[in-house]
Amino acid sequence: MRITVYVNGAACTATVEPRLLLIHFLRDDLRLTGSHWGCDTSNCGACVVWLDDTPVKSCTVLAVMADGRRVLTVEGLEQRGRLDPVQEGFARCHGLQCGFCTPGMMMTARWLLDHHPDPSADEIREAISGQVCRCTGYENIVRSIVWAGQHELNQHNAGASDG
Amino acid sequence: MRAPVTAEPVTPEPVTPDAYGPVRRKEDARFIRGKGLFVDDIQLPGMLHGAILRSPLAHARIVSVDVESALAHPHVEAVITGEMLAARGLAWMPTLSGDVQAVLATDKVRYQGQEIAFVVARDRYSARDALELISVEYEPLPPVIDAERALDPGAPVVRDDLPGKADNHIFDWEAGDEAATAAAFAAADVVVAQDMLYPRSHPAPLETCGMVADLDTISGKLTLWATTQAPHAHRTLYSLVAGLPEHKIRVVSPDIGGGFGNKVPVYPGYICAIVGATLTGRPVKWMEDRSENLMSTSFARDYHMHGEIAATRDGKILALRARVLADHGAFNATAQPTKYPAGFFHIFTGSYDLAAAHCQVTAVHTNKAPGGVAYACSFRITEAVYLVERMVDLLARELELDPAELRMMNLLRPEQFPYTGPTGWEYDSGEYPRALNLALDMAGYAELRREQAQKRLRGEYMGIGLSFFTEGVGAGPRAHMDILGFGMADGAGLRVFPTGKAVLAISVQTQGQGHETTFAQIVAQELGLSPDDVDVVHGDTDRTPFGLGTYGSRSTPVSGAAAVIVARKVRERARLVAAAMLEVSADDLDWSDGAWRVRGDPEQSARIPEIAMAAHSSLELPEGVEGHLDAETVYNPPNLTFPFGAYICVTDVDPGTGVVKVRRFIAVDDCGVRINPMIVEGQVHGGLADGVGMALMQVIAFDADGNCLGGSFMDYLLPTALECPSWELGATVTPSPHHPIGAKGVGESATVGSPAAVVNSVLDALAPFGVRHADMPLTPANVWSAIQGRPLRTDLAVS
Amino acid sequence: MQVPAQVEYERAASVEHALDLLARYGPEARVLAGGHSLIPMMKLRLAQPETLIDINGLGELSFLRVAGGELQIGALTRHAELLDCALAGEHFAILHDAERVIADPVVRNWGSIGGSLCQADPSEDLSAAFAALKATMVIRGPGGTRTVPAREFHTGPYETVVAPGEILTEVRISLRAPDTGSAGNKGSAYEKVGRRVGDWPVGAAGAALWLTGGTVAEAGIGLSAVGARNFAAAEAEEFLRGAPATEESFRRAGEIAAEHCRPVADQRGPADYKRHLACELTARALRTAACRAAGEA
Repeated sequence: MRITVYVNGAACTATVEPRLLLIHFLRDDLRLTGSHWGCDTSNCGACVVWLDDTPVKSCTVLAVMADGRRVLTVEGLEQRGRLDPVQEGFARCHGLQCGFCTPGMMMTARWLLDHHPDPSADEIREAISGQVCRCTGYENIVRSIVWAGQHELNQHNAGASDG
Repeated sequence: MRAPVTAEPVTPEPVTPDAYGPVRRKEDARFIRGKGLFVDDIQLPGMLHGAILRSPLAHARIVSVDVESALAHPHVEAVITGEMLAARGLAWMPTLSGDVQAVLATDKVRYQGQEIAFVVARDRYSARDALELISVEYEPLPPVIDAERALDPGAPVVRDDLPGKADNHIFDWEAGDEAATAAAFAAADVVVAQDMLYPRSHPAPLETCGMVADLDTISGKLTLWATTQAPHAHRTLYSLVAGLPEHKIRVVSPDIGGGFGNKVPVYPGYICAIVGATLTGRPVKWMEDRSENLMSTSFARDYHMHGEIAATRDGKILALRARVLADHGAFNATAQPTKYPAGFFHIFTGSYDLAAAHCQVTAVHTNKAPGGVAYACSFRITEAVYLVERMVDLLARELELDPAELRMMNLLRPEQFPYTGPTGWEYDSGEYPRALNLALDMAGYAELRREQAQKRLRGEYMGIGLSFFTEGVGAGPRAHMDILGFGMADGAGLRVFPTGKAVLAISVQTQGQGHETTFAQIVAQELGLSPDDVDVVHGDTDRTPFGLGTYGSRSTPVSGAAAVIVARKVRERARLVAAAMLEVSADDLDWSDGAWRVRGDPEQSARIPEIAMAAHSSLELPEGVEGHLDAETVYNPPNLTFPFGAYICVTDVDPGTGVVKVRRFIAVDDCGVRINPMIVEGQVHGGLADGVGMALMQVIAFDADGNCLGGSFMDYLLPTALECPSWELGATVTPSPHHPIGAKGVGESATVGSPAAVVNSVLDALAPFGVRHADMPLTPANVWSAIQGRPLRTDLAVS
Repeated sequence: MQVPAQVEYERAASVEHALDLLARYGPEARVLAGGHSLIPMMKLRLAQPETLIDINGLGELSFLRVAGGELQIGALTRHAELLDCALAGEHFAILHDAERVIADPVVRNWGSIGGSLCQADPSEDLSAAFAALKATMVIRGPGGTRTVPAREFHTGPYETVVAPGEILTEVRISLRAPDTGSAGNKGSAYEKVGRRVGDWPVGAAGAALWLTGGTVAEAGIGLSAVGARNFAAAEAEEFLRGAPATEESFRRAGEIAAEHCRPVADQRGPADYKRHLACELTARALRTAACRAAGEA
């Protein structure tokens, strides 16, 4: 089946089998290997990307379901050479070790901050509760997201006060 | 957010180094952009995909394997069977414990999930489809599942492939003085005994295992991109097993998504991928899925333990005794130094001053996947620490003493070091009471006990659990420690280029520990460079020196020491060149503040970059001094290092449902000199989550037919951010006396020390109900059942 | 990774179109909504439909509204949308209690109410919540629309009354007490025990109470994962009707609910524990529901 998916702003057209999972379409067909997979049962969240502005587990979505829709992956976070504050936060606060869960965590973090600009640590833990990390014990992931949120609030306030 | 509390070191230390500290990680640049290179990211032209057909049965004779239909699938390029491998002498491979393991089953299958056949197809979906086209006829056999029944007379024999094998016994091993221990027990006022299970668990790194095998048919060079924690050891093994010339094999560990010991062994899938590449002449990728990872790759633990502790009425611990039944699964594939088939379990004497101890370990085969040593166990120290820390708590309960007080009474004192314990361990350094006091302080221990008392009156149940542990990590001196005959030394090579930039090649491979940063910091510190000017190369056998790999917290103790030594070699060579530059005698130079300086005239100096340029220039050098700043070393550690820690866990238990909430976890770690405290803390955070997981939810259990009940993340549950509290970390620094910069390992400490703290905490909460012990995992069902007086047996199916 | 077998795919442009496609492709066709119940089964090859009819574009099935004395929930409503809907939470706190503990936040973004109900897992949480609320399912087929009480929706594990060729379109919940029509103070709650966040329940209970004064005018109790018939505790509800809304009543109701369920031992827990949870969680859910009805919680 011929599909067109708008991935990180670019129209990607391909012929795929209906059974092809979105995560495989992104990784194997489009060579966007930043999103990962780590389980068979939709538990681990290494595959989280945005589908039409909403984080989804792309291992549990068929590529054909994304036909005509927009997908945002970790590769789309950096804009024109500038890191997203979420990415900056993870690097500053040691929010990653092996880096395998990181793209999924950052995609969820980005959505959380877009909708809840000043989340508490508990709200952050709830937001990432569908995603597993084996390395960090979550502590620094939470700190990274708090940093990014604070950073954006400061930027916003600085911008506001500049009028 | 709490900053860690650091106590003042007692022994004098060198001036705080410049390059050490919470330096941001160099490797993050690619990971935050999604530009890491993991094995499944690799695509080569013409690459094919492999998939493994696995046995649904735990124990069965193979009557026939018919692959005709699979071969007829239009997208299938090859199908490999055990018979085909047998013709090549590859149907069996050696394990890390001197046993053999089937690559693809020929006579029998011996665990559910065992490899039967390997399909090579055009794409991963076709490979999966083709598996269904293979028909296997099995003759089911009764399985051995309950380890405690494995040695029963008449039990089915798992390893009838071994000549003359008539039972499931693997080995017996013991340490300590049995008679002296018996005497100590006989003379004791109080003896407490307890059976306890450290259930089968699995490291479950987020990235599963896999390989891309690429054979250049013209040159004969075999390149293996593999999820391996020990690329050099694997290369040599492949050479020995497959008869391939070693210089024609290159093993590359690219980025690895977590290892935790899961990626130490050679797995059948790797051999199959290599054979597939050889047969088809095209690259073959094999990536296991999560169920394969959980069901067939190296599990961890599965120690059925019986512990006994003997003490005086006043609480002086006299002796410890342990008997262990070790379930090794169908093949003995544990990974530990050869002389220690039960790993370092005999460190079960813990951190206490004991007169006598004796342990005895019996290992058995069962119809389960092979493994046992994995998941940050420091070669069975997780099991040992769990045993002793549970026994100490049980003794405290028996004597009606506070568990912190009882520990404090019995901890080794600083003046007792170096200390030789009753099972032969020589701890070289430690300041135990200080660490425990710091933890108690941070926790507000007295206040917690008051709160607990008040809550009990209201029918609310909270628990405070302690764990104090000593680790022995950084294997190890080659005279005592080898794996499959390879001494556990590690190499490092350093080259400084004319402009003063450096490349350090190390043999250990990072799986998230931050080697690219910490090792750069080590070299930078020794040579007065910036860590940005030092690149670390690892994981590629073509570009790095031989070494036994990353596991058992050995990177900093062994490879870290190698990095220091090689940097100092370069620095000494630089001294000779600097002497020529400054026209002084080499003996007139001192190293300070990042430069070689003329004694008495420190402005007359030379830094490494200028010296490097001079070394490669036309500057005349003294006789015998070669014009370069390169060096190599192979470091043979003189001893293990002994990190230690004091952990306190606070839990709240709902007796109506059995649900446990971990409210707080205080962790004080001492890993000697800390090169990058930020990275050290990250390692501890991760290990503490393991403790919560193992204590409360993780287990690989089996039913009576041998069906694996933990074959997916729906049942093998891993802790999320909601189950973990915000970890409260503290540190003390007791430098290693032999490590060149006083550092010790730390990667596994938290995984080793934390489960006992959580379990002790929950059982402390349940004390008013008369619950004495319950095994991990303390699921709600298990906690509630324990309150009813019937704790669950957690390694078998719930009935 | 485990991957599905070959399958055909069609996208429905309307409900009518979806019904046409179902008729055309026959009983081996399955409706695909969020896919978070179906696709995992397909990856494990426990479900192998021949054709998928994708209804994700059917906005007409995605709604949350109060009309005609009912809360009406479109079958395509995502779990996250139900959790986020203040209106739904105000009327029936049980729905928010349940949604908060269903799967995880990311799965809830795409998984749908209808998808979960039609997968009909015996441990599914909304089945118990809707049973407690005595909801009504609306099913559309080629012959038109029919309604089925929530308590008659499931016919067995993984089986519902939705026939091949039909689609669940809506769930309706009466704002007044469904049986007695009472307009008394209502309150509802859901209590779940899992081995970990996001796990299927080991046991779960939902309760809905309509109180007049200190008396129970009507009660609804739903149970999940403990082998309760039709996810409901009808005998316990019967006991509570007209009973004082007291701790003693709630405890007794819990005991009755536990007596009538048939829990099965599995790795989540032994049968006696699940039976205990049926009792304990029913009492807790009733207690909280009563507090909320009285405006206290």
